[in-house]
Amino acid sequence: MLVDWLYVGVFAIVGMILAALPLAAVWALAPRVPYPQKETTYESGVVPFGQAWAQFNVRYYLFSLVFVIFAVEVIYLYPWAIVFRQYGRYAFFVMLIFVGILILGLVHAWRKGALEWT
Amino acid sequence: MGQLAAFIILSIVTLASAVVVVGSKNIVRSALSLIPTLLGIAGLYILLHAEYVAGIQVLIYIGAITVLILFVIMLTEQGTGARFRQVNEQVLAGVLAAAVLAVLLMAVFFGTTWAPGPGALPQYTAPAIGSTFLSSAILIFIVTSFVLLVALMGAIVIARRER
Amino acid sequence: MVNWPLEIVKAGLLAVVIFTFMAIVGAMFGVLLERKVGGWIQARLGPKHVGPQGLLQTVADTVKLLQKEHITPRAADVAIFNTAPLIVAVAGLMSWIVIPFGTLGDRVLIVRDLNIGIVFFAAMGSVTVIGILAGGWASNNKYSLLGGLRSASQMISYELPLAMALIAVAMEAGTLSTVGIVNAQEGWLGSFAFRQFPAFVIFLISATAEVNRVPFDLPEAESELVAGYFSEYTGMRFALFQLGEYGEMFAMAAMTTTLFLGGWRGPLLPPLVWFLLKMYAVVFFLMWVRWTYPRFRLDQLLNLSWKVLLPAGLVWILITGYRITF
Repeated sequence: MLVDWLYVGVFAIVGMILAALPLAAVWALAPRVPYPQKETTYESGVVPFGQAWAQFNVRYYLFSLVFVIFAVEVIYLYPWAIVFRQYGRYAFFVMLIFVGILILGLVHAWRKGALEWT
Repeated sequence: MGQLAAFIILSIVTLASAVVVVGSKNIVRSALSLIPTLLGIAGLYILLHAEYVAGIQVLIYIGAITVLILFVIMLTEQGTGARFRQVNEQVLAGVLAAAVLAVLLMAVFFGTTWAPGPGALPQYTAPAIGSTFLSSAILIFIVTSFVLLVALMGAIVIARRER
Repeated sequence: MVNWPLEIVKAGLLAVVIFTFMAIVGAMFGVLLERKVGGWIQARLGPKHVGPQGLLQTVADTVKLLQKEHITPRAADVAIFNTAPLIVAVAGLMSWIVIPFGTLGDRVLIVRDLNIGIVFFAAMGSVTVIGILAGGWASNNKYSLLGGLRSASQMISYELPLAMALIAVAMEAGTLSTVGIVNAQEGWLGSFAFRQFPAFVIFLISATAEVNRVPFDLPEAESELVAGYFSEYTGMRFALFQLGEYGEMFAMAAMTTTLFLGGWRGPLLPPLVWFLLKMYAVVFFLMWVRWTYPRFRLDQLLNLSWKVLLPAGLVWILITGYRITF
């Protein structure tokens, strides 16, 4: 079992090396002529102004927050999903309650406008 | 032997990135250093044969919570990479407090007789966790859904007070 | 006992093989396929000039990109700017670890059959989001940052319906392992595409959104945000993002065949051939959708995920649970 994860680790490391190889090739092959006009960021041809930050809009935060809550729900669903067959109807009712409460949460978020993108 | 090497490497990765998280002057770099830290912890879970826990560590901590943190950082003015000092006037007191805590913890760790359990490690595989949820920890399972519901409602209340 | 150094060497070689597969059969051939299919659907020829029937087009493109200058925007955070494409590419590569390519004798051709197969796959999808956020921010460009934030919002919104579909399949098969799921699909009618049709639909839609493909490609739409989070990325760095995206798309297609189309199962032909056929069928379908539908607006896209697919997924899980236990 631990060998499986050794493979995962090696994949990550070798993957990074392999992905970095083309970058190294570019470093060796491509020209490097930096000058100020080239290094300005792209703003449709206009001279960029202002700092690069977006106005704080609470909708990004709300979306990621609701996502966190439901992601935690999902990690409870996975183990249930693979063993519930052996427990029969009882397991179904347990999950009915669990999912039901979270659907309530989703409905609440919907009605409070947390899922609106405006 | 291989496990010891893995443990050492993972610990170094985790601790080094944690130092960057705490000490970096650039807040985005600090937040992004959370990723190696959390990956190191996931690796440590795997050494404990808790595969599912490691998987959800990556899925939730890195995929959801770090994303949440990054969203918030990038949307505020701090996200422009403003530098701020990481040192305050109470360095000495801080170091003292940390040292006392370290000594206390070590005293506890080395003073306890950890029961050298014969037999197998407790199972933390996904089926085992599922079975536990449906048998002995079922109350926790249901209560968790309530906790999540309350957290959701609370967060919406806080966030929408802006309006 | 396990021979660690040998396993490390085997793992390294497999990583090179899979990376090459992903880069050539996936990304390079995939880009060419995209252009040919697009041409076919739009009643025009795709690339025909370079190589026989244009087959070497992407090779030429890659050679060109290798010579392009790496421009780093002023005041960009160089360290993060450089690592972001690597995160996306490596996460794309790691998704392939749990994909079974077929059988050879009685050995399954899979890098490692992890016990938490589909959870691992979902986790690698989550990691891609971080790479995109980091890339968008590190460019020090308003449009990149906005593109990155919007893309990240889209991707996390669709991860949930994706997880719902995965859970439904896990319920049907009783295991999180990809090999176990393929083995649980007996014969043609046993494919989960029939028994789990709603999950199939939800998975396909969510997969399209996860890899930022039309009709869900607003974050990279040229008419909206230039190129979104990778506006400032030139040359090979851009190619790495594309490699990650196409690799992820092929991984999603491969996962679709594993979960819903019976993986490598099929009469007569060798399992590997069946697997590739099914995977390319799904890829073709994704490309067909791309060249047919107009783009969704961001709020339409998010509404679809939160108000349609997620409730549908939850209800389907309850229905499946009912069906199995009663």
